[in-house]
Amino acid sequence: MRSPARTFSTVLMGILMLGIFVAASTPAFGQDGTSSPRTITDTRFVWPSWDSIVRVALMRDHNTRIVVLGTTLLGLAAGLVGTFAYLRRRALMGDALSHATLPGVALAFLITGEKNLPFLLIGATVTGILGVLAVLAIRQSSRIREDAAIGIVLSVLFGAGMALMSVIQSTSNGNAAGLDQFIYGKAASMIRSDARMIGITALVVVVGTVLLFKEFRIVCFDQDFATSMGRNATVVDLFMMGFVVLTTVIGLQAVGLILIVAMLIIPAAAARFWTDDLKMMTVVAGGIGALSGWLGASISALLPKMPTGAIIVLTAGALFIFSMTFAVRRGILAGAVRRIRLRRRIALQHLLRAMAEIEERTGQPTSVDSNELLTMRSWVKSDLRKLTSRAAGAGLIDKKSWSELKLTQLGRTHAQRILRNHRLWETYLIEHADIAPSHVDRDADEIEHVLSERLIRELEATLEAGKDIPPSPHESMPEFAGAKP
Amino acid sequence: MTEWIWSIDGWIVAAGAFAAMACALPGTFLVLRKMSLMGDAISHAVLPGLAIAFLITHSRGVLPMFVGAVIVGVLTAVGTQVITRYGKVESGAAMGVVFSIFFALGLVLIRQAADHVDLDPGCVLYGNLSQIPLDSLDGSIPPAVINVGLALLLNITFVGLLYKELKICAFDPQLATTVGINANVMHYLLMIVVAITTVASFEAVGSILVIAMLIVPPAAARLLSDRLGTTLILAVTIAATSAVLGHLSALRGPKWIGLDSSVSIETAAMIAVMTGVIFTLTLLVAPKYGLIGRWYQRLGLALQIVREDMLGILYRWFEHRPDEHILKDDLLKAVGRGILARFALGSLKRRQAIEYVGGEGIRLSDSGKDAATKLVRDHRLWEGYMATHFDLPLDHLHEPAERVEHYISEDLSELLKQEMGDLGEDPHGRKIPE
Amino acid sequence: MTPSKTSQARLQIDQVHHDNESPLSIHDMTVAYHRKPVLWDIDYAAPQGKLVGIVGPNGAGKSTLIKACLDLVPRASGSVRIYGKRYKEQRSAVGYVPQRESVDWDFPASALDVVTMGRYGRIPWCIPPGKSDREAALHALNQTGMGDYANRQISKLSGGQQQRVFLARALVQDARVYFMDEPFAGVDAATESAIVTLLRELRERGRTVLVVHHDLQSVPEYFDEVLLLNMRIVAAGPTSAVFTEENLQKTYGGRLTLLSEAAEAIARNG
Repeated sequence: MRSPARTFSTVLMGILMLGIFVAASTPAFGQDGTSSPRTITDTRFVWPSWDSIVRVALMRDHNTRIVVLGTTLLGLAAGLVGTFAYLRRRALMGDALSHATLPGVALAFLITGEKNLPFLLIGATVTGILGVLAVLAIRQSSRIREDAAIGIVLSVLFGAGMALMSVIQSTSNGNAAGLDQFIYGKAASMIRSDARMIGITALVVVVGTVLLFKEFRIVCFDQDFATSMGRNATVVDLFMMGFVVLTTVIGLQAVGLILIVAMLIIPAAAARFWTDDLKMMTVVAGGIGALSGWLGASISALLPKMPTGAIIVLTAGALFIFSMTFAVRRGILAGAVRRIRLRRRIALQHLLRAMAEIEERTGQPTSVDSNELLTMRSWVKSDLRKLTSRAAGAGLIDKKSWSELKLTQLGRTHAQRILRNHRLWETYLIEHADIAPSHVDRDADEIEHVLSERLIRELEATLEAGKDIPPSPHESMPEFAGAKP
Repeated sequence: MTEWIWSIDGWIVAAGAFAAMACALPGTFLVLRKMSLMGDAISHAVLPGLAIAFLITHSRGVLPMFVGAVIVGVLTAVGTQVITRYGKVESGAAMGVVFSIFFALGLVLIRQAADHVDLDPGCVLYGNLSQIPLDSLDGSIPPAVINVGLALLLNITFVGLLYKELKICAFDPQLATTVGINANVMHYLLMIVVAITTVASFEAVGSILVIAMLIVPPAAARLLSDRLGTTLILAVTIAATSAVLGHLSALRGPKWIGLDSSVSIETAAMIAVMTGVIFTLTLLVAPKYGLIGRWYQRLGLALQIVREDMLGILYRWFEHRPDEHILKDDLLKAVGRGILARFALGSLKRRQAIEYVGGEGIRLSDSGKDAATKLVRDHRLWEGYMATHFDLPLDHLHEPAERVEHYISEDLSELLKQEMGDLGEDPHGRKIPE
Repeated sequence: MTPSKTSQARLQIDQVHHDNESPLSIHDMTVAYHRKPVLWDIDYAAPQGKLVGIVGPNGAGKSTLIKACLDLVPRASGSVRIYGKRYKEQRSAVGYVPQRESVDWDFPASALDVVTMGRYGRIPWCIPPGKSDREAALHALNQTGMGDYANRQISKLSGGQQQRVFLARALVQDARVYFMDEPFAGVDAATESAIVTLLRELRERGRTVLVVHHDLQSVPEYFDEVLLLNMRIVAAGPTSAVFTEENLQKTYGGRLTLLSEAAEAIARNG
């Protein structure tokens, strides 16, 4: 598993290096590249021309290139660190954190008096961290639960930020314009130095996540065990939350503080549907985050009046819904298909077993009437008809008509194996699990279909069974013989 | 604009207070059911509902707004449940997924609708509180005030009629189901009420600040009371108070901090800040659950322990030397000196448990003797109890007993006595006083 | 809560009382949750190379005892030594099996991933586990009869199999003394006997194992030593001597209500 790990880090590094290289090699920031001849009152929805689609997709515009790169890298970082925040059940802590950044931005502006991005982001970081600490302090020191503590910090600090913003807006003339881009995000205003900053931060987050992967994994899975082995959970958490803070702060400008939490949660939650392996999950989450950043920024560059942050989140949302529905591993559809398949397999096995039991009774290959089968199990007639057709299609039985069914040679082999497993399991339950014989049939019914080869072998060994079919425990007990025809 | 003008500020405060009170009622149940963030989620998620209602009707009519809100409120709750159940996603994260998608959708739609209706993302956040009085220049009641007033009435009715059901569902949804109350229906009803309240309060306080109203006053009330009825009343009172204080501070705030009067602060934001201020104060000074109260209690207990240690020492001293007194300095030294010891000594003197003999000598008074006797009795009973029930060496008995003796109530002392029967002597062979 | 005058005396006792040969020596340990004492003045020295059952009713503080020894919950007073040294200095000598319910089994990890975690203690920060670590993990999985399930997602394992994975994780720690928190809870008969075999193997190899155990019937069969616990140590020693009707009565009987009432009183007022 070392090689996937290496591939994983190599791929991530590659993406990053590429991003930083392009961001750094772009010429100085020019004028706003998206020129639109449309007036503000024009509400028609106009599809972008093929030309402009190509232009955006290939990132020919300098401005588009910067914005798309910035949001892609942001999505990558958020997906990576979000995976661990999600698994550590800290996802909504990010919401309190991001809302708490607003008063920091406003205070930084009030103190420095200018719109200097690094200063604003430092302010955001400080109050953001204070917000997280406040959540922890309220939870620790009072009967208020974490959910309410998050809500309190989020709304009150956001209110404080709004109050400060209103002060700024009424005192400073004009030079404060654009501060509110931190609320909803305004990727279009991103310049090269911003993209570079996002790139560098994303690099820090990615490298940190790769290095601390082992620590993050064990603390997320089993905090006590991690602590018992000398991995101080608080220190590991500090790194984890530190990366969350970094990602949130650099995401403010592009996605906005209300929606940045979505970039932490959605890619991680979507990735979980695709895989059961943490490394893969991290890669997939990073990929989904990067993809949403790239697609979202491109779409909003093409369509007028589309707020970039919202479009990025909607793209991520669409990927989430797609993953939840279609993912092979844990998706809803795959689960439904698996359930239907299992149900069909069980029905088929029931049919074969019933026919094998009849043959056992008659002692020779027998033609079976479906009506007889109907008395043996609570089958619905139409279901049984479909079932027998399917069995015939699979070459397990010969179906001449409703009343003439016969096991094929293949079907007989299967049927006898199924019957044998069933009996083995029944016997095991009675002899070893101390279950009343009248209950055994039902339990055996449910489990025998999922018995693996290995388990069967274990059963054989335990019961010292030969290769033939053991007698039915029901028949050997006269008082239950009547219970089952 | 720093003077209070009733025809303007009256309406602003009325709208703010009604909205805050309307939110606090269902909010209390959200906080109790550990679903505070559902309020957060719904208040974000109603945005697309509103936007779609605007886009369809091209107006800001009340009815379409409410219909849109109710649909979205239910959708949020259902969406969260579906993702939690079928996607096996933890409910907090599921909520985050749902509301951020809805909010993003709402933003996009509002951008599209912005040209048709007077609605911009800014007003979504902090509402239009200061514009409300403009609608009442002719002396009539502004429609926004009517809206939040109606929401308040609705919520009072809702809580009043379904008080018992809400209470049992907040306490134990499963129990509710067994007594024939459908907890799921109650859940959705609550969500719908939250959504309607959110929409009604939108104009007054904006979407994000609705969360402050929903969560903070009930959380503060939780720190003050253990009873549901009282909590509701307190939450509503706190909500109304923060509305008044919020507007006052927005009005006068700039002057207080020395800014000139042209500076204006958003009232809605200040209301949220005020709820935070009230919450923080409550967290500090609430009698039972407040931090200061608990510190004070702990200090009192520490003082009591030192006091009782002193009494114990005095008792044991006089057990052996009934005629001698003990020197003040020795007594202080025995309990480790320090300021606490001096306080304890002063407090014993004030309670007349000790008497000074000469300048520096101390002995027990009659009432002090009684108190000390009880104390030593409990201590020795406890030692006896420990010795009978656990395999402990003798030298390990005194310390745990010392730890416990300060907490032994009358009842416990009686129980100890029953349990131990007539022991007469403690395990060290000393007499247990009656 | 204890007057400060005793603290110096206790420091001296510390150096004298601990048995440097004992895998686990606890001196005068008191543990409180939210100021409510759950363990009072525990004094105990575990014998070397024995299987020790920790037995007591619900709420007796069995898990807390283990957690306090591993510094997972703070001790109000007292000290713990593993082979004469503080736990911090002896981490590699200690293996831990937490309760199965304490983790989220839906976590994205395979059985092998979980077992490899047992080696994390000896890998420095920031270094990924290597080939030898995975081989050790596979070996431990085979030892617990879980070799065929190495790559299976942990949520798809049965309760007994999950417990075996936890045991395998403890095995790769290759410790001298093991703490196991209810390894027999909710497992099938086959797993139970597999665990017992494993415990005996560990004993053969000179390891000491302390096991929180619920089923009184199997105590004499499984354990060489028992520690009867109900907020205090009621009795401790060789099973044959200590596991008596009378001691059990003391441990489980209702006569200890006073102790919990006193704890309640301290929690209320403290």
